Amino acid sequence: MAASDAPLVAMLGIVKRFGALTANDRVDLQIRRGEIHALLGENGAGKSTLVKILDGLLQPDAGEILWEGRPVVLPDPEAAARLGIGMVFQHFSLFDNLTVAENIAVALPGEGGRSEVARRIEEVGRSYGLTLDPSRPVWTLSAGERQRIEIVRALLRKPKLLILDEPTSVLTPQEADGLFTTLERLAADGCGLLYITHRLEEVKRLCSRATIMRGGKVVAACDPRGETVAGLASLMVGADVHEVRPAPAHAVGKIRLELNNLHLPAPDLHGTPLTGAMLQVQGGEVLGIAGVAGNGQSELFAALSGESLAPRPEDVSIDGAPVGREGIDARRLRNAAFLPEERLGHAAAPRFTLSENVVLSRHATGGLVRRGVLKTGEAQRIAREVIRVFDVRKGGEDPPAATLSGGNLQKFVVGREILREPGVLVVNQPTWGVDAGAAATIRQALVDLAARGSAVVVISQDLDELFAISDRIAVLHAGRLSAARSARTATREEIGILMAGGHATDAA
Amino acid sequence: MRLELVPRGDVPGFVRLLAPIAAVATAILIGGLVVALMGRSPAAALDVYFLQPLGDSWGLQEVALKMIPLVLIAVGLSFCFRANLWNIGAEGQFVVGAIVGSILPLALHGAGAGPWVVVAALVMGAIGGALFAMIPAILRVTLGVSEILTSLMLVYVAQLGLDWLVRGPWRDPKGFNFPQSVMFESSAQLPPLIEAGRLHAGALAAIVVVLAAWFILSRTLFGYGIRVSGEAPKAARFAGFDANRLVVAAFAISGALAGLAGIIEVTGQIGQLKPTISPGYGFTAIIVAFLGRLHPVGILFGAFAISLTVIGGENAQIMLKLPLDLTTVFQGVLLACVLAADALVTNRVRIVRTVRA
Repeated sequence: MAASDAPLVAMLGIVKRFGALTANDRVDLQIRRGEIHALLGENGAGKSTLVKILDGLLQPDAGEILWEGRPVVLPDPEAAARLGIGMVFQHFSLFDNLTVAENIAVALPGEGGRSEVARRIEEVGRSYGLTLDPSRPVWTLSAGERQRIEIVRALLRKPKLLILDEPTSVLTPQEADGLFTTLERLAADGCGLLYITHRLEEVKRLCSRATIMRGGKVVAACDPRGETVAGLASLMVGADVHEVRPAPAHAVGKIRLELNNLHLPAPDLHGTPLTGAMLQVQGGEVLGIAGVAGNGQSELFAALSGESLAPRPEDVSIDGAPVGREGIDARRLRNAAFLPEERLGHAAAPRFTLSENVVLSRHATGGLVRRGVLKTGEAQRIAREVIRVFDVRKGGEDPPAATLSGGNLQKFVVGREILREPGVLVVNQPTWGVDAGAAATIRQALVDLAARGSAVVVISQDLDELFAISDRIAVLHAGRLSAARSARTATREEIGILMAGGHATDAA
Repeated sequence: MRLELVPRGDVPGFVRLLAPIAAVATAILIGGLVVALMGRSPAAALDVYFLQPLGDSWGLQEVALKMIPLVLIAVGLSFCFRANLWNIGAEGQFVVGAIVGSILPLALHGAGAGPWVVVAALVMGAIGGALFAMIPAILRVTLGVSEILTSLMLVYVAQLGLDWLVRGPWRDPKGFNFPQSVMFESSAQLPPLIEAGRLHAGALAAIVVVLAAWFILSRTLFGYGIRVSGEAPKAARFAGFDANRLVVAAFAISGALAGLAGIIEVTGQIGQLKPTISPGYGFTAIIVAFLGRLHPVGILFGAFAISLTVIGGENAQIMLKLPLDLTTVFQGVLLACVLAADALVTNRVRIVRTVRA
């Protein structure tokens, strides 16, 4: 028997590398029985990697997992489940056409008939306040009810540790309240709960301990009830910044890009609607848009670029012209340029060569097409120029985009847009997953473009980056864009609170 | 442990050229092994299958005749497949092309019209095929219906329509009640290329189509749009291409070429409408398209290989008493080898061991 004072689970010195990236760097995490333990961090901080290791989905490169004081190896999720580790994922894995009971029965092979399962569902539902009708087909249920199925499914295996990955991201506030009651009852029964989120208010309300990760490392462990939201936010986003201010003195000019009360419905089930977005970007400035992923960044980018059309022409303006109903090529013809988040597959076609990828965003605006026929020589010339100016390292004369490293491909696609000298540039996550050298080159290019009189919008999750290059910063949370405030006077705490959905004093 | 395909950086041009040759050699080796296991001489089979059809004018013309519809349909299909659209109804578009193309030749039968009739017939056949192919395309872009099912099911509609026509309104009244139309007049038939030969002017159409398709796919913005929308749909949207328009256009081109193939087959070879005018060209062309790696010039070689095995297979049946199924087996092996060679040239295989802590 393990000592009863040993933590339920202890992860010690966990290291996990993906190529050059260290996703978990000597991470320690301990969860006790009956506690609700928050795992906090921005996207890319290493939370998901750590949790996947705990659920047996990933194997650590180094480190040890102690379960009730004894070292264990978790080769797969089934082994984790046998120990008593249950997981509720952010996105549901349910069969829409089956009933609640059938969905739960498929996850519990060889455990009684369907009526037996239905009886147990009602039993668990009664004791934890998880009301579910076992005979309802899943497609008739709301997001909150679907999540209850996932939780009941996990609870029927009588877990000692339940991991919840951003459980409230798809719930209404009322559904979230119901969930919190359930979790508190579970904890009171002695179950350990690991609660992954970036919503700080929830953490303060629910959790008795918090482990905060940033850049793959644990940066703090604390009792969130004794911290302020601002304090937690600054721990999460980091205060140790190299305050670079490379922008040379230059005049800020007239408004070149404008959003005027843009409302846009969500493009799909997991999308985020944009509500009442207002934005004015002047020539000569870099405007940063901060926010945690999934708060409407892709939707905002699509609305600015014209990949999604706005309801009214005047919703989006470029250099004073209403362009809300114009597509991406028409906006490019107004000397705007755009760069989406996803390098391979969106900003570039993976198996197309670099010169073919020049055609992708340049065919509408410059000398690459005559009477429908491509001028491949011109595309190759532009590709060579981008490669030279942005120091793109590659194998071969004109290799496929997919063969370049992330940083080099990003330099190429950034260069492709910037060498056009656009008057307006909108980029989404310009240095995501890019090595430090390439990131510096890209940031410098963005700042220099603004200094030459262009309006530059940078959507990024990296607050360090935004503070380093932006003149003003706005925050996107749940599809709402805050007023922009000066990056020189704004504090990291203010921005952090806005990112977590709190309210700061508006000082725009 | 699992296998992963990792893209190679730069593949030299000559390796890309060698890959299909190596694939054909491998397929012949496997085919030879099968023949040997059946107790026949692989050398004799090789001779009958691949050398004899190429040894005389008759054999060459037969191979070329089979190639014409296969090349036309497969080139059209390559537009759809490049755009990641699964048009598997080319057989139906072929039949509808033959039907619509036959309207004028049948209506003007005995009216003494000039050779413009056959030209008009080809144009109408292409239009008919295009319109028929646009049905699944329009259903897909407006209602989100899978083009795979609709295009396939329309094959049966087309075949039954032809069946009804040749048994009903278009039946030759002097045809002893056989379900077939009158023979087209010579002004409504494609002229032979060689004096007294079987090969007809449709071969020229196939060559023109191959060259035009190559130019459109590799050198025009429209072809670029087709390719990028299949390779990376989000990138195509980023480039400003209208996905729905591309879907309809790709299907229209594919259907037009299948329809053209249909009316060429009728006006060049058969000379009349019958309940069955195709031994499954529309389906075989899918294999041809992938054998040619969706490249118009590659399709020319792919169609050659398939035609050769069909003619050779007929010979082998007679001379070596080898079953016709062997031809189908060989076609499958050939396709698998070509696709495998393609994958192995552009990727290398990496064995990943799952690390356990």
